[in-house]
Order: sequence, then structure tokens, then C-alpha cells
Amino acid sequence: MRFHWTHKHAGLLTLILFALLLAEMVLSLGLGRFRLHTTEILRVLLHTRLWHAGGTFYDVPWVVVEIIRLPRILMVTLCGVGLALAGATMQGVFRNPLVGPDVVGVSQGASLGGVLAILLGWQPMGIVAMAFGFGLVGLLLAFVLARLAGRTSTLALVLSGIIIGSFFSSFLGLAQYYADPQTQLPGITYWLLGSFASATYQKVTIVAAATLLAGCGLLLLRWRINLFSLNETDAAMLGTNLERLRWIVIAFVVLLVASQVSVSGGVGWVGLIIPHLARMLVGPEHSKLLPASGFLGGIYLLTMDDLARSMASQEIPIGLLTGIVGAPVFAILFWKTQSKGWIHD
Amino acid sequence: MTDPVIAFKGLGHAYQPGDWVFRDYSAQVKRGEVFALLGPNGCGKTTLLKILLGAMKPLAGSVHQHVSVGFVPQIFQVSFDYTSLDMVLMGRARKIGLFSTPTQTDRDAAYAALERFGVADLAQRPFHELSGGQRQLVIFARAVVSEAELLLLDEPTSALDLRNQAMILDWITRLSRHDGLTVVFTTHNPQHALAVADNALLMLGQERYVCGTAREALSEDNLKALYCVDIRRVSIGYMGKQVETLVTVFAPGDDEITGREKKNASE
Repeated sequence: MRFHWTHKHAGLLTLILFALLLAEMVLSLGLGRFRLHTTEILRVLLHTRLWHAGGTFYDVPWVVVEIIRLPRILMVTLCGVGLALAGATMQGVFRNPLVGPDVVGVSQGASLGGVLAILLGWQPMGIVAMAFGFGLVGLLLAFVLARLAGRTSTLALVLSGIIIGSFFSSFLGLAQYYADPQTQLPGITYWLLGSFASATYQKVTIVAAATLLAGCGLLLLRWRINLFSLNETDAAMLGTNLERLRWIVIAFVVLLVASQVSVSGGVGWVGLIIPHLARMLVGPEHSKLLPASGFLGGIYLLTMDDLARSMASQEIPIGLLTGIVGAPVFAILFWKTQSKGWIHD
Repeated sequence: MTDPVIAFKGLGHAYQPGDWVFRDYSAQVKRGEVFALLGPNGCGKTTLLKILLGAMKPLAGSVHQHVSVGFVPQIFQVSFDYTSLDMVLMGRARKIGLFSTPTQTDRDAAYAALERFGVADLAQRPFHELSGGQRQLVIFARAVVSEAELLLLDEPTSALDLRNQAMILDWITRLSRHDGLTVVFTTHNPQHALAVADNALLMLGQERYVCGTAREALSEDNLKALYCVDIRRVSIGYMGKQVETLVTVFAPGDDEITGREKKNASE
């Protein structure tokens, strides 16, 4: 049976997703080798903030929660929210639910930028700047290539994205080839696989600033993103300059993706599958889709990270896990949701 | 109320150099009038409409148009299955601020527009699930809700059944007469043009066109030249009035009245 959530239901669902995300964040603080009960977590969190703000409070649960897990969980959540927002936006902008930051050259560009920054020793802000710059270059090249092919259709853009992505991947390989195998290569390889293990409050600040700026920008433009599903003529008649809006929106997307790549390396699939799931829940209208996608992205990436650090004795790089889980999930979604929330050509 | 809303002079366009689709077309559309564009397939009606919209630059000539425009395209596809209400709300884009979302006023206006076209019950239905005719009515509602001064309609009745065709024609007349909107529409049905248009432009060939009042332009001779089909203009009694309409003579297989037989006869 087909049905569509009304505006009221979508709002309620989004609130539920937000509550679930907050609950999962608290519960995730207790997961890991050193397991902590929820009451213990709340005691540490509240005690630190309400009674010992600025003071010393150095028991083991405090160290585990405040120093090790909290920055990581904040970072994972922010990245999950950012990637899902980026994915939902890209799919809206390119009128195609198969498009994600990975597909149009942004992620590969950001990865190459990050690796170059590591090679040049420009850490940590250099990684953000280079990841952002190269992410934007990746997308621009994909756009230019699609235009040279005479079209800005999604298929042309996706094909161009694949070409640019492969091109950047070759340079990534070259950078790895020339990296010092003792000092640089292990760091680059681990960074590319994607991990939140090296989370720090400094990195949280970087990704929080980017996610807040770009996320708020996209959320403010959320209704306008609907207009991208119209063709240029139609949108122009409705008084909207899509070309200018597209670039503003894409700049926000690149900022989101680049900030995530810069702090945690390659984490794929989130921006592709989460918007699909969110669309099934709240429908395709971007005013509702974007907030729901963001919260669902946070929940999903947090779950993946919880699994990555608790499934085996040694932590599994989260980029591997999101790929292993993401591909089959996407295949199922593709099969089951052909007409639930999006229309294919 | 007679100042032109659109005026074009010496207008021409070609997709291949030298291969003009149309050339040296001039006309003007006055405020509040209904203007029909007619021509056979491939004569450039949609191209001309896109140029009037400002979506395409003509290769020759100039267009003067400076009012807000609402557009109803011939084919309408969306990538995601927005509800009909979402689709109509998009028509409010000019009224909704860059960082805003639709207000209750916008929603009320969208519902009212859907109601006006008799499709309010489809408001929450996914747009892509609607029939061609229902889609057309929703897009019509979207154009109206945009509060544009000029509506450009690309074959607005092509996907509709007779009841809905009559409804759209009725709305074209009402929007022009009561709301003071200027309406330009393309059509393959000269009967529709005669019924609602004040003026008409018949695209006879690259540099041949007829432009004038609908009654004058839609003569039997002009229509024969336009479509190479016999069309008779008849006057019939309807509801106590004499109404002029056009009747196309289709007689497949009847050698006595087909063009082939006539051609032979004329030889």
C-alpha cells in the first residue's frame, strides 16, 4: 500500500529521529572495551558540566567519557549528519536519487587534497583547506566535462564524475607510491580507509564549524532545493535563478564533505543510502527531507562506528564497514523502493 | 488597457546555420488579451514560445516583454514524487523568500488554485501518479498561483479529455476577462483558438505567417494552407445563440474527398 506522510507526521518522525540520535549518542558513550552503564555516563556528563566545570575530576569513567569517547561520538554524529545532508541535497540538485558526493568527484577530490596535505605536513587545518579545495575542483571538473559533452544531464554528470573520480584516484595511488613507507604511507592508508579513532576536540571544532555553517545554510535553503526538480525554463519562470542557487548549495555540500574527509578520511555510502531511507519516511519534499536525513545520517554513522569499535578485538576502519553494509543496503533499497519517494528515468 | 505586454519584431531562429525554423515574424500581444499560436508539427511553436519566455535567445529580431510570466509546459516531468500540493506551492517561489518555507497563506492559495481547477482532492496525491489530464490541471493551478500577469501555455489542452479541455478553455477566458491576465497559448486545435482567442498567429512557413484577429486569421483558406486539411467554418445554434466553430473534414479512404482525389481532379 502506498501512502504519504502528511506534514504533521513528517515533523513528528523527525522529532523521533532527533530523540533517537540523542539517546544513541549517550548509549554509545558506554560502548567499547571499558563498558559504562548509562547512569555512570550521565553522572560523568552532568557532574563535569554542572558541579565540576573547570575543576579536576579524574576517575577512569571520566577519562573514558570526556577524553576518549565524547569527542569521537560528537565527530561521528556531525559527520553522519553532514554527509546525509550533503547526499540529500546533491540528489535534489541533480534531480537524481543515484547521485551522491562519491559519484560526482567531490569525495575523491577531497581525499586527494587530504593526502597531499599529509604528504606536505600541513596538518590539521591544511587537510581541511586542501580537502575543500580539491573537493570543489573535483566537482568543477565533473561539471566542465559534462558541459563539454554538450549536456548537463545527470547521466552526463555521473559519467563525468566517474572519469574525474578515477583520475583523482590515480593521483591518490601516485601519492601513496611516492609516500615514505615508514613515516607517511601507514598514516595515509589508514586515513583513506576512514576512521574516527583519532578524534580530538580540535577536530570536533573543525567539523562542527563546517557542519553548522553549511548545514544551517542548506536547512535555510531547504524549500528552494525543491525547485531543482523543475527544468531551467520552468524554474526561471517561477522567478528563481537556479544556476546561482546551485553553486551556493554545492559550495555548502563541498564544505560538508571536505570537513568530514579531512577529519576522518573516506567514509562512503552514507550520502547515498540515507536520503533514500529518509525519503521513504517523510517523502521527497526537501523541507522535511533534509532534517530527517541529517538525523538519520547521524544515527546510521554512529551505529556503524559503534560496530567498528566493538565488533572485533581490533577496530575496523569505518569506511570499510559503511561500504560492506552500504552496498547491499542500497541494492535492497533500489529493488524495494523504486517508486517510494523517487522516480527513476 | 491596450499597451502591449509582449511585442516582437523581425524574430527568427535556426538550430542549424541558415536553416531557419521561422524568420522575420512580428506581432504584439496586448494586456488582457488571449493570443493563440498555431502551426503544424515542427513549425517552431514551442521554440517561439521559449523565446517569448526568455528561455531562448532568438537568432534574429527582438522581444520586448517586462511582466511576470507563468508557464505551463507541454510535457511535465519531475524527478521525485512530490505531492500535487508541493507542485503547486512551487508556483509561489516568487512570493516565498530565499530562506523561507511556504506559509499558511501560500498553502491556502495553493489549495484555492487546486480547487479552482477541480483537483483539490488530489492535493496529497503524488504528482507522478496522476493522469496526464490531472497533471495538466495541477500545473495550470501552479501557473495561476504564481500570480503572474502573463501566462504562456504550451498546448494546454493536448493531454486532456473533452470535459477538461472545455474547462481549461473556460479558464483561459475567465483569467483573461475577469482577472485581466494576458494569455498566450499554442494549440493544434484551431477550434479552441476560434473559441477563446482574441488574436491568432498562424505559422505557415519559414517566412510566412498570418497574424490578426482570430476571426480573420482562422479563415478556411488560411487553415487549409496551414494544415493541408479541409476545415469548414460553420455557424450553429447553441443555447439560443449562433456560435461559430470549425469542423475538420476527415474522410480516410474516401477517394472522392481525400486530397489525392482532389489533386487528381485539379489536374
